[in-house]
Amino acid sequence: MRRLRLAAADGWIMTRRNMSHLVRTPEEMVLYFALPIMFVLVFGYVFGSGMSVPGGGDYREFLLPGVFAMTMLYGMGATGTAVAVDAGRGVVDRFRSMPVARSALLVGRSTADLMRAALEMSVLVVCGLLVGWEWHRGIGRALLAVALVLALRVAITWIGIYLGLVVRNADTVGTIVFPLAFPLTAVSNVFTAPELMPGWLGTLAEWNPLSATVAAIRELFGNPGLAGTGSWATENAMLLAIAWPVVLTAVFAPLAIRSYQRLSR
Amino acid sequence: MADHAIVAEGLLKRYGDKKALNGFDLAVRTGTVHGVLGPNGAGKTTAVRALCTLLRFDAGRAEICGIDVAGQPARVRERIGLTGQYAAVDEQLSGRQNLVMFGRLLKLRPAAAKRRADELLAQFGLTEAAGRNAGQYSGGMRRRLDLAASMVIVPQVLFLDEPTTGLDPRSRNQVWDAVRSLVAEGTTVLLTTQYLEEADQLAGRISVVDTGRVVAEGTADELKAKIGGDRVEVVVRHADELAAVADIVGRVCHSVPQTDRDVRRVGTQVADRVAALTGVVRALHEAGIAVEDIGTRRPTLDEAFLQLTGHRANEEATA
Ligand SMILES: Nc1ncnc2c1ncn2[C@@H]1O[C@H](COP(=O)(O)OP(=O)(O)OP(=O)(O)O)[C@@H](O)[C@H]1O
Ligand SMILES: [Mg+2]
Repeated sequence: MRRLRLAAADGWIMTRRNMSHLVRTPEEMVLYFALPIMFVLVFGYVFGSGMSVPGGGDYREFLLPGVFAMTMLYGMGATGTAVAVDAGRGVVDRFRSMPVARSALLVGRSTADLMRAALEMSVLVVCGLLVGWEWHRGIGRALLAVALVLALRVAITWIGIYLGLVVRNADTVGTIVFPLAFPLTAVSNVFTAPELMPGWLGTLAEWNPLSATVAAIRELFGNPGLAGTGSWATENAMLLAIAWPVVLTAVFAPLAIRSYQRLSR
Repeated sequence: MADHAIVAEGLLKRYGDKKALNGFDLAVRTGTVHGVLGPNGAGKTTAVRALCTLLRFDAGRAEICGIDVAGQPARVRERIGLTGQYAAVDEQLSGRQNLVMFGRLLKLRPAAAKRRADELLAQFGLTEAAGRNAGQYSGGMRRRLDLAASMVIVPQVLFLDEPTTGLDPRSRNQVWDAVRSLVAEGTTVLLTTQYLEEADQLAGRISVVDTGRVVAEGTADELKAKIGGDRVEVVVRHADELAAVADIVGRVCHSVPQTDRDVRRVGTQVADRVAALTGVVRALHEAGIAVEDIGTRRPTLDEAFLQLTGHRANEEATA
């Protein structure tokens, strides 16, 4: 119990460290929030106007929940890069030679990234409202939807941390993330209906963790969704939107902590 | 308290075929400063990282304050401070934020952590730069901040890996003073260096390391004595007298003297310096050669090092 409390205290100190980085480098903060704003504007206006939703409804309303989840996915790059930069720095050696909980650095990173993601989500929601997106089923369900998006972000953070520790080179992380994230967004329900894709690709898209979250939050926001194909994955999107983040975190958090402990062996 | 604060026996660390540590032995008495002297690539940093729980070694045994490093690293970490060869501070935080953060991680209360940070900033001449990002510090300032960070709480054992490399003389003296004041409080210090002067100044005992092993150990005086006694040296007025003088010195001292043309100097090791000196003076007088300078001196640690490892302290090991 005492150990857990000390570990939590150390983790919180590291969280504050990461938040201070953000505050002390305003140009980074601007970049950080430019991406979600750009996503909303580009996808909301450029695509939003010319397309129709399979199954009916406003395309922009359909698209924005997808943009929310997609922004979280691309956050993997920021996480991975920051971890790779840290791992290559002497300061981690100091942490590792001090009586600090082994989990502290990574827990601090994931907590700070969750806090950043919450900020990011507020920016996204405000931008969304500005371009005409809305939630229709009450603030309670809307907040639940935001929670699901953040749950996905936690899983993505741990994948990013693992990536950063394995690759250990900030530039390489940057170049890996796009080819990793792009197919995940393309083969999903973010832009279009999986049933419009060739059979096996459609199945892949339905089982995509991103799709699960997006389908679930469309429902919670009351935004136009897709008429399900009746497959298990689409019928149980809400369940999957909770299960996927839990499973991914359960897999990648231990992997990340293990590679942290193996640093500079 | 354990007799020896640091003990290492037969440490082995492989990187592929290369053995960075190859049977590294060390014993440092509690409360003393021990120097580890060695050229680039000798294994100094590897040894320090192994002792600080940062690196798992392949064989051997190490203890800090009687605690097994491999078996109980967490307990070792509670007792040590480390200033590594490369500055280990957060470059995106200010100097002050760094020290406060380390203090908090060492379980100081917020107010105490801030107070200690300010003390250290003053001690290392960083008060003015306290609010700036450590990333904008000069190399010397970052080094001093790094040292301050390893002294936030007085550690039982402090590891310093080339702490003054790249520092100007004033900063170097600050570092030396800080080390001395820690030792006065009872801290045991392991200091690696390429500067023989630094080892001579600070360390009671010195281990000379080469290719992952300790090749000699003792006080500075013992190391100097180990490579033979005093030297007699003669500096001539004209370079063309070097050969004749070398001949005389060699005959009187029964040795083959070394000649350094650049400084017009002939020197050799001798067993009895007074007898050798008077013998050489008399022989030179008889030969009618007036010299510029003549004298005896003890070998420098630099020469001791050269003799022990086969190369100079700041040369890359070629083995
Ligand atoms: N991570 C590593 N991978 C491969 N070889 C390594 C690694 N770390 C150290 N070495 C090798 O081990 C040997 C000892 O290195 P070490 O850094 O301990 O030397 P050092 O005495 O600290 O040198 P310097 O004075 O340059 O700091 C060197 O030959 C080095 O190339
Ligand atoms: Mg070194």
